[in-house]
Amino acid sequence: MIEILARLFDFSGTGALLHLPFVRTALLAAAVLGLIAGLLAPLIVTRGMAFAVHGTAELSFTGGAAALLAGVSVGLGAVVGALIASVVFGLLGLRHRERDSVIGVVLAFGLGLGVLMLALYQGRTANKFGLLTGSIVSVDSTNLWLLSGCAAVVIGALLVYYRPLLFASADPEVAAARGVPVRMLSIVFAVLIGLSTALAVPAVGAILVLAVMVTPGAAAARVSSNPVVVTVLAVLFAEVALVGGVVLSLAPGVPISGYVTTLIFLCYVGCRLVARFRRPPARLAPA
Amino acid sequence: MTAVGSVRPDHPRAGQPGSTGSPAAPGVPAVQLRGARMALGERVLWDGLDLRVDPGEFVAVLGPNGSGKTTLLKVLLGQRELSGGTVRIDGRAPGGRGSRIGYIPQQRAMDVEVPLRARDLVGLGLDGHRLGIRAGRSRRAQVDAALAEVGATEYANMPVGRLSGGEQQRLRVAQALVGEPSVLLCDEPLLSLDLANQRVVSELIDRRRTEAATAVLFVTHEINPVLPLVDRVLYLVNGQFRVGTAEEVMTSEVLSELYRTQVDVLRVRDRLVVVGAEAPGGDDVHPGHGS
Repeated sequence: MIEILARLFDFSGTGALLHLPFVRTALLAAAVLGLIAGLLAPLIVTRGMAFAVHGTAELSFTGGAAALLAGVSVGLGAVVGALIASVVFGLLGLRHRERDSVIGVVLAFGLGLGVLMLALYQGRTANKFGLLTGSIVSVDSTNLWLLSGCAAVVIGALLVYYRPLLFASADPEVAAARGVPVRMLSIVFAVLIGLSTALAVPAVGAILVLAVMVTPGAAAARVSSNPVVVTVLAVLFAEVALVGGVVLSLAPGVPISGYVTTLIFLCYVGCRLVARFRRPPARLAPA
Repeated sequence: MTAVGSVRPDHPRAGQPGSTGSPAAPGVPAVQLRGARMALGERVLWDGLDLRVDPGEFVAVLGPNGSGKTTLLKVLLGQRELSGGTVRIDGRAPGGRGSRIGYIPQQRAMDVEVPLRARDLVGLGLDGHRLGIRAGRSRRAQVDAALAEVGATEYANMPVGRLSGGEQQRLRVAQALVGEPSVLLCDEPLLSLDLANQRVVSELIDRRRTEAATAVLFVTHEINPVLPLVDRVLYLVNGQFRVGTAEEVMTSEVLSELYRTQVDVLRVRDRLVVVGAEAPGGDDVHPGHGS
């Protein structure tokens, strides 16, 4: 037990490892991923789409498993699975109740299929778990370019659509009345989520996507209501968790999942505590 | 005496497509419906509806659930097509870009996690429909002015989700007015507010229409909170409707005819009590009375 703990917190080799080229690529990938996740997370939280992101990630896993079985690129399968899932979930609109049950139904089916396809797959078993837990050190320069391209698309789309997206996400009824194309924006946002999720899955795994695409936004929303501050904080939290997680996982040589989830969870708990001690007592409304 | 349909003569010149849509232009109605028909499958919500609302006019839209009040608002917002007839807002087809419509929804709880302060909610009413990212001093001044106008300066930086229902509805008024609308569409904006806040919100709306000649279409279950402000009433019941002043429409005779059952309208001091006018098999008393 002590040995295991000692291994998990043994960072003596970290400094040397940081100079390796593949580690640098992994850190860059983590940083880019953190930027995308941090930018999207507040909108995901505002739209109440945490479960949809989870479903998208799991169906991206299904797509990857199908691609593995079919003998085509796993990354491509993951992208196709995630895009289909996110657009379908996005089209379900903002009616949370209905959407959540549909996601639950589709997610369970997709996950079952994915597990079945992995079981039928005859190749190396390491590939099987790669999709669930991810492997950021496996990110090569091609993937890094893909990630950066995706980041550029996300940033570009947010520069153009941020205001109507925020309006449609936080206040859909009035946004629609003011002529904001709420449905079209749902699809735009779904595509952004699908792209980001699909690229995140091979790097950090389907399990971790929820941690990096939702928790930073949920944490930031606890300490501020200024949309700009919330977005900046969410990017900061995502970067701390992802880059920090990669660095911490290097020397022990274990998957980054545990470190990333722990770091982002600490951010969340910290934010809740700050909010609790800072918030003034509830006021009475003026008559 | 009221007749089915409009009690005002229509001006055929006004409201034609192509006429300029400035609210100040004389003769151009803020809202004009002609022979409007709305059918959902077999069911006709209303037919032959003629309604002209002039700038600065306050029209209350009343009727039981399912009579097509909200559907009428959706038509005016350009979210639904009429089954027949024409609709013009400021002389133009509704729903176009740059339409100057303000919209006040009914109060609903906002989630605490929604990352909006009071001023952000109002700001979205100003430019939330525009693309790109712009912020400037004039924008901030406009939002500040709108907040001050409804007395919301004190909680301008509070999260929207932590405000009371009354505070939120004041922000809704500011959000709708900051875009300088020529027509204000209100969908049950007083629902779930206490009497004091009902008065505050309806007075804010009334001030706007007297100061800036904004036409107001006010959908409500309950006419009493706005009775002193109402110029005319559109009362919709099961495919039938009446347009006229409150004195003309809110009578036992007219409502009994609309509901096709005995309905009594009693005047108790400055309030109207309607007895027997809920949908078939419904309550005896109009909902919301005496709240």
